[in-house]
Amino acid sequence: MHISLEEDDDGLCVIHLAGNLVLSEAAALKTALLDALKRHLDIEVHLSEVSELDSAGFQVLVLAKREALQTHKSLHLCKHSPAVLEVLETYRMVSYFGDPLVLSGTRDNDESGGTA
Amino acid sequence: MSVQQLRKIFALESEETLQHMEDALLQLEKEPTDKEAINTLFRSAHTIKGSSGIVGLDAISAFTHTLENVLDRVRNGDLAMDLALIQLLLACHDHVRNWTNLSIDNPDVQDAALQANTVTLQERLREYLRETPKPAPAPVEPTPPPATPKTQDSLPSLPEQDKEEAQASKVTVLQEQLVEDTNWHISLRFAEDALCNGIEPLAIVRYLEERGRIVSLSTLLDTMPAAVEMNPESCYLGFEIAFKTEADKESVESMLDLVRDYCKVQILPPHSLLSRYIDLIQALPENTMRLGDILLKSGTLTPHELQAGLHLQNTQLLPANAPSDTQAQRRIGEILVEQGAVPQVLVDAALDKQKQVRDTKIHIQQTLQVDAEKLDQLINLVGELVIANASVRLLSQQNDSERLNDSIATMSRLVEDIRNSSLRMRMVHIGNTFNRFRRMVHDISRELGKSIDLVLEGSETELDKSMVEKINDPLMHLVRNAIDHGIEAAQLRVSLGKAPQGTLHLNAYHDSGNIVIEVSDDGRGLDRDKILNKALEKGLITADQELTERDIDRLIFEPGISTATAVTELSGRGVGLDVVKRNISELNGSVEVDSLRGEGTRIRIYLPLTLAIIDGFLFCSGNAAFVVPLDRVIECVEVSRNGLSEHEGYLNLRGRVLPLLYLDRLFSLGQDTNPEAATRRQNIIVVRHGEQQAGLVVNSLQGEFQAVIKPLGKILEHLHGVSGATILGSGEVALILDVPALIQKYAKLDFESSRHPPVATPKLI
Repeated sequence: MHISLEEDDDGLCVIHLAGNLVLSEAAALKTALLDALKRHLDIEVHLSEVSELDSAGFQVLVLAKREALQTHKSLHLCKHSPAVLEVLETYRMVSYFGDPLVLSGTRDNDESGGTA
Repeated sequence: MSVQQLRKIFALESEETLQHMEDALLQLEKEPTDKEAINTLFRSAHTIKGSSGIVGLDAISAFTHTLENVLDRVRNGDLAMDLALIQLLLACHDHVRNWTNLSIDNPDVQDAALQANTVTLQERLREYLRETPKPAPAPVEPTPPPATPKTQDSLPSLPEQDKEEAQASKVTVLQEQLVEDTNWHISLRFAEDALCNGIEPLAIVRYLEERGRIVSLSTLLDTMPAAVEMNPESCYLGFEIAFKTEADKESVESMLDLVRDYCKVQILPPHSLLSRYIDLIQALPENTMRLGDILLKSGTLTPHELQAGLHLQNTQLLPANAPSDTQAQRRIGEILVEQGAVPQVLVDAALDKQKQVRDTKIHIQQTLQVDAEKLDQLINLVGELVIANASVRLLSQQNDSERLNDSIATMSRLVEDIRNSSLRMRMVHIGNTFNRFRRMVHDISRELGKSIDLVLEGSETELDKSMVEKINDPLMHLVRNAIDHGIEAAQLRVSLGKAPQGTLHLNAYHDSGNIVIEVSDDGRGLDRDKILNKALEKGLITADQELTERDIDRLIFEPGISTATAVTELSGRGVGLDVVKRNISELNGSVEVDSLRGEGTRIRIYLPLTLAIIDGFLFCSGNAAFVVPLDRVIECVEVSRNGLSEHEGYLNLRGRVLPLLYLDRLFSLGQDTNPEAATRRQNIIVVRHGEQQAGLVVNSLQGEFQAVIKPLGKILEHLHGVSGATILGSGEVALILDVPALIQKYAKLDFESSRHPPVATPKLI
């Protein structure tokens, strides 16, 4: 897994995630995302380079999103890679993150996830 | 706990449940659409069905199952509640009550009449099930959930049918309402260590997707703790999945076998019992409303089903099944599995649920059943304590130590409190007794073709438990009499200008240390001429006797008097009211009757509040000590001897005539030996019974005193005017005066015949 942060002048923080967001990396991912949330109001998580996402990684993404919602900050996922999209769709959680999907080809939109 | 004990508990609980059922039925008769009553009815039948199954009374369970099915249709609006149905349900209610009572000792009662009745009633119930057969949802799966037994078969022989029903009912003990959804419902909760053990929830979901169609899936992460505590390597995932597949129960379960060790799996087949879903909702860690929402969104439950289920869940906690040991429950569970009707998971869930019901019951049950004997023992001891306390107080008064007196005063107060609260423990509301009459009035008035409205008042009035039991029969007599003799037939009433519907009031209230129970009707009133004739005929009175109206009325309590021209099944044989009077006298009570010709009759029963300890008023007459119940005392007055001698036997008390009773003469006590006695003023204690008052002329007043009533021995049993004895602190014995008896016997006749009535006759209701 590779994490890189970019800050622009408007306070927007862009996090680039790459590689495998899997169980072994989950702890590091959690730390990185929560740290970013502490210091920034507005975060974008770019996922185009993510080659694998498992349940552990997914959980951390949900945690980050939940944390953002609770602290009234904004955290968006964007540029989902197919691997990420597949997980979000399998879990019917696309609507939870509420981000526009760049990639087309969704299989069905039967999301029924509630809000935490 | 033996099975027989269980059955006893069951019978006891059923008694209560059946009572609710009866009340609901009578309510429905008035208002056939009363939703609450219909629900109560259904719940009652359901409870009895369930608990009778648990205690092994399968036949009862089967019968109530049919009953429940009919009620379910009523509840769902498929069947209208009409009078015929209410009658049938009442008959079923009686049948079940009878049956449960018979079953306590012998679970397989072989009573021919009972069995015949079972068959008839069941057949009649089935007609209601058959009328408009509802198309059953076509089972999608080869193994549908435990379903309602088919009742369309032509009448099979009884034993076979019973067996079939019994088995079915065992299965359906847990059954409620089937859910319409055709999908499987799978509920998954992964263990926290699932991920570390190589379980990938994603893979499970994908696997399911391959094996069928995931109609909807909700991912739950509610258990994920706050960010700081969240362990990124733990799994917090849970899913609620609506799943469509052609696979059978076993295959669906086997799909999830791989993960069972690290995941809580619950599977509900299509058309599962609604209660299962509710159990599921309850069993899961998430908030009930949230899960309910999810099931709604995924289309698993319809809003109606959810609501009904939650309602059911709430109500089941209240009546609850008969408390039973886990063995009995396990047995049912085993049977279910043996029959292959239910997968183990479901049984487990059901057992959990039952346990939960029991736990909740323990929690909400705030009343305690105590052996009446133990309570009596306590009250006896409290009685002794009161006596001991009185003696200590007496000693302390002689000792004249201020500090000692202070602490004894405190102690006395506490003793009094203990006395009051221990006596209160025996008190029960009279309402339950009253409620029983609803049914009776309903039945009798139907039988006689009269329309009668029973009005109950003062249901929360409390009286001693032992009294409640003994008052039931006399009350029943009075109510029957009122309906049969008192209230006229509707046509006659109309021609008399009365409302066609007669009214019968049952009322209870407290009055000066008495419980008063009134039975009043707005019927024809007592026919005094007839009573007089009858009494003459029976030789109870002689022709030259002059009787007041009240005296005549009172004759109805003499043996052999009946004014009914026709002897009916109910009353008119002249047996009854004398028994009523005797029963009430046995309770130290009395009966009074008021009647207005053409307007009605009111019978009042006076009962002492308690049978054990009373607040008394202590005084001396002659050289003996007496106690009157404090509640009877209105006031004490002093009169000079001269004032008394003018009109021997009466006193002008503020313009009213007060008959006097000279206790020393009445009981042939020696004259007061005190030399001052001749010049001293006389003390008069004004006592009352109901509306009668009298003055007791006594020597000296001693004040309030807690009297523990000791019954008189056999020899003194028939002593008039004395109801008991008590022991004073000094160890002396004081007699407790029976004020009603004294007034009636010695003061009243003279008084009434000489003056106008002291109190205006109260207006009848």
